[in-house]
Amino acid sequence: MIRKYIEKIKPHFEEGGKFQSFRSVFDAFETFLFVPDTTSRSGVHIHDARDSKRTMSIVILALLPALLFGMYNIGYQHFLAIGGNVGFWETFFCGALSMLPQIVVSYVVGLGIEFAVAQYKKEEVAEGFLVSGILIPMILPVDTPLWMIAVATAFAVVFVKEVFGGTGYNIFNVALMARAFLFFAYPSKMSGDQVWTRTKGTFGLGNPEMAGGVAQTVDGFTGATPLGQIATTGADSFASFGFTNALGQPLALSDMFWGFIPGSAGEVSTFAILLGALILIVTGVGSWKTILSVFVGGLVAVVLVNQFASNAVMGMPPEYHFLLGGFAFGAVFMATDPVTSARTEKGKWIYGFLIGLLAITIRVFNPGYPEGMMLAILLMNAFAPLIDFYVVDANVKRRIKRGAVKNTKRKGIEK
Amino acid sequence: MTNKIKIKKGLQIPLLGEPQELLRGVVKSDFVRIYPEDFHGVTPKLTVKAGDRVKAGSPLFYDKNRSSVLFASPVSGVVAVVERGEKRRILHIEIKTDKEIEYQDFGKKRVSALLEDGVKSSILEAGLWFLIKQRPYDVIANPEKTPRDIFVTGFDSSPLAPSYDFILNDLEGDLQTGLDALAKLTPGKVYLGVKKGSAFTKKFDVEAMRKEANIEVVEVEGLHPAGNVGVQINRIAPVNKGETVWTLSALDVAVIGRLFDEGIVDLTRTVALSGSEVKQTGYYKMPIGTQLSSLFDGNVSEGLPLRYISGNVLTGTKIDKDGSLRAYDSQITVIPEGKNVYEILGWASLSPKRYSAGSTYLRLKKRYRLDARILGGARAIIVSNEYDRVFPMDIYPEQLLKSIIAFNIDKMENLGIYEVAPEDFALCEFVDTSKLEIQRIVRKGLDLLRKEME
Repeated sequence: MIRKYIEKIKPHFEEGGKFQSFRSVFDAFETFLFVPDTTSRSGVHIHDARDSKRTMSIVILALLPALLFGMYNIGYQHFLAIGGNVGFWETFFCGALSMLPQIVVSYVVGLGIEFAVAQYKKEEVAEGFLVSGILIPMILPVDTPLWMIAVATAFAVVFVKEVFGGTGYNIFNVALMARAFLFFAYPSKMSGDQVWTRTKGTFGLGNPEMAGGVAQTVDGFTGATPLGQIATTGADSFASFGFTNALGQPLALSDMFWGFIPGSAGEVSTFAILLGALILIVTGVGSWKTILSVFVGGLVAVVLVNQFASNAVMGMPPEYHFLLGGFAFGAVFMATDPVTSARTEKGKWIYGFLIGLLAITIRVFNPGYPEGMMLAILLMNAFAPLIDFYVVDANVKRRIKRGAVKNTKRKGIEK
Repeated sequence: MTNKIKIKKGLQIPLLGEPQELLRGVVKSDFVRIYPEDFHGVTPKLTVKAGDRVKAGSPLFYDKNRSSVLFASPVSGVVAVVERGEKRRILHIEIKTDKEIEYQDFGKKRVSALLEDGVKSSILEAGLWFLIKQRPYDVIANPEKTPRDIFVTGFDSSPLAPSYDFILNDLEGDLQTGLDALAKLTPGKVYLGVKKGSAFTKKFDVEAMRKEANIEVVEVEGLHPAGNVGVQINRIAPVNKGETVWTLSALDVAVIGRLFDEGIVDLTRTVALSGSEVKQTGYYKMPIGTQLSSLFDGNVSEGLPLRYISGNVLTGTKIDKDGSLRAYDSQITVIPEGKNVYEILGWASLSPKRYSAGSTYLRLKKRYRLDARILGGARAIIVSNEYDRVFPMDIYPEQLLKSIIAFNIDKMENLGIYEVAPEDFALCEFVDTSKLEIQRIVRKGLDLLRKEME
């Protein structure tokens, strides 16, 4: 029935039709609803059932556990901050409702640009932004204003992706560049201890007590993330330092693993991220080599740094590094982006290892950036083609050498 | 003792419609059609015109750029029509066939008594040279060159492929003569890649062949494309810049052998009829060019659009229901076309009917009925390590492909363009998430490069 309706309205969207300027939009929705019946004309007669839509759907599926937990945690941190005791669903909805507008804004802005570009280039709409669009709100501080998300998304889609030719041609990870843009353009809104916990009410849910237009928080409230805490602590060794939650109570390792800590929505729950990693690895959509090597690189760096610990953050053991901040999220969802990662299998080992190494280095040695994952990945994005070049060059050298040996032998016979 | 190679990468697509190893009969048609487009890179120049009588083995046309390369008629009869298309390009030559094939006599010859030139001119005169192809460029071999080695593949590993052991049963003599003849054409070796466990090693004295005739038999184990001659070359002795090797299939070697053994051009093929839409699969004998409608009548599924393919599902040519057996093929495949099939929300589908080589779908231990739909839109190359898993050569397929698209000659050479043929990329094209026409890209790259270099 829907099919019939689509067939009926289709002519209007084709060249010369009434709505021809919406062809890319129509096409995207049609192929979203139905697998097109186009059959092969040249080359192979049968095709694998996997296409770009399938691939991106799997990534989104893998992101869902982290997203859902992230939503719950926004609510949880919110009620911790304003001091309220509500049930599970109210906590979840409070967080979900505060996050939904962000997702909507990121999708509307990003997909709008994608549709327009596809229309202009007379191409099909690529699915890449479906993933980027959900990643962007997941890696930003939970209280980022919507207009900032809109600006960052537009910047990233246009200047990081489309100017290079669109999905598949970009050098840097689109979502991370959106975050980097805000990080450097509006640093006060991207770090510090004010941005990781939402204190305002959301659509009438979880309204805090207001005084003079400022949301009141409970006594002793601190919104700093654990990494922020350790970066600014005066403690001179890890043993004399303790992580605390929003109320100043000590945080256990299990809290960090399950995700009851302040932070951006995607990164808080290592458990949910591991679920996503499992989905990516089992389906083969994400490279286990990249993921593993990021952790190996991180481990090597932490072990080295621990040897020479002279302050709290240098003495922080590896399990804390992996559970806190965006390390796990970056390793699983950002480093594995096939377009910006190294594309050769050997290259992935090197690429991942260096990301882990650099992320920890930035975390530990740069007091300005308590979190190093974003910059580490972006830096390695830039070097990924170089890594691939050397991996492929080994093959090229082998081939040239092989030819040279054969030719001299041959000449020897002939002469 | 034979040499062995094991190929680990690759993919056997589990399709329905494996041909039953049973010879079901002979197919005859009133007309045969020869399509010059089967012979890639050849500009045909006719030697016959409508109304001429031809025998099996008489030349129909030759290559304008290389007049010694003749193309033999597979049957005897009268040239009925020469169908031309745009710019007077010859689409096909139609011959009305005699009831009994009359063969032109080329005289029996003992290969051992011939020298290189004798063997070469015999094959050229008989119009069978087209059976020998060359790397680089994957075109009909240049007879003026001497190849470093000659590679023969002794099996076909593609989906629903015919069994060479079955077809070559009783043709051992011709095959042996053909191999001996080829050995005269190269100062190097003739390599024959046979499937692991094939009857070949039992029937032939492999040791004697190596010692006396310079024919090296290599046992190949692995999934498709292990049977592709390109993969075997890459493992045995890869082609370097400036080198030329010749390639054939064992079936064509037997045709050449018969030329020497019996003095005739016998282009009758034993053809496997396969595919999910065939009711009764099996083998049929027929000359090249035979019209296939009688083979399909009553023996294929009804009530849905079908795709008829001369060859296999990966590299074959799409033909009509009354189409003809193409020159290099020993297989006919019939699958559903898939036109007017609309699956709802295919990207979320859990349907057990969908097959994927990757793990984004459940992989069931069953055979699949796949149709000709592309199942997605063309995109830029996004997913990595996809081609590599089905490309068992010491070559980076994605990087080579990109250099071809950019037509960067230095890069193409460095990355191994001289070693590949479009068929080697067929599985890459099948698994490709981005749905690119990879074989066409490679073909175009090879053609452009050949134009640049020759």
